[in-house]
Amino acid sequence: MRIPILKLHNYLLVSIQIDLDDQTAIQFQEDLLNKIHETGATGVVIDLTSVEVIDSFIAKVFGDVVSMASLMGAKVVFTGIQPAVSMTLIELGIYLKEVPTALDLEQGIVKLRQELEEK
Amino acid sequence: MEKTLSSVIIKKEWDIVGARQAGRKIAIDLGFGSVDQARITTAISELARNIYLYAKHGEITFEKVYGVRKVGIKIIASDRGPGIREISSVMKDGYSTSGGLGAGLPGVKRLMDEFDIQSDDHGTKVTVIKWARQ
Repeated sequence: MRIPILKLHNYLLVSIQIDLDDQTAIQFQEDLLNKIHETGATGVVIDLTSVEVIDSFIAKVFGDVVSMASLMGAKVVFTGIQPAVSMTLIELGIYLKEVPTALDLEQGIVKLRQELEEK
Repeated sequence: MEKTLSSVIIKKEWDIVGARQAGRKIAIDLGFGSVDQARITTAISELARNIYLYAKHGEITFEKVYGVRKVGIKIIASDRGPGIREISSVMKDGYSTSGGLGAGLPGVKRLMDEFDIQSDDHGTKVTVIKWARQ
């Protein structure tokens, strides 16, 4: 299964709408980095509105993708994390402190724009 | 009083998703709210991944349990893997032998209401219960 990655101007937009298994998550990580490389995108928004479970493995993949994209010069923002997912992650002991987040897709774009213009 | 509802064999990576989808369905049927559904599903995911990573083959069994004026879901994750030598260390936060985040078992314990682990050379059995709020 592949997760579609859309290009919009300098940004890449992703909406994850499936129950992620490990292999799909790893494949997505690779696809996203390749897409950043191909398009020269400077910012990425990954929307998690439809994601109902983030376990420790998926959280690690998400954390890693932020660091990996950062090495390539692109900024990643996660948006739309559900209340139940947020509570579960913290109780599980996963804080994802290095991962930039915003309430929704719109706020995510605003955040990217601010951070990229400041440079 | 307990009633076995279903079980999922864990032998390939995709079975982790299968187990948590089966668990979520049961949690919904038992009347758990969305936050508890997420807790239960995430706990199942962690337990199933432990089986897949460390024992290769095992099983997740779901039971409906009855307490005093309450019902709950009991999840039993069992395998015939090498067992856990030092249970006290895997129950510490941040401990991991697989290079993961180490959330593992202590995290599962926090997500659930009851937690029990038994392990020897012949395998490991983790039993957890979440009670539905009435």
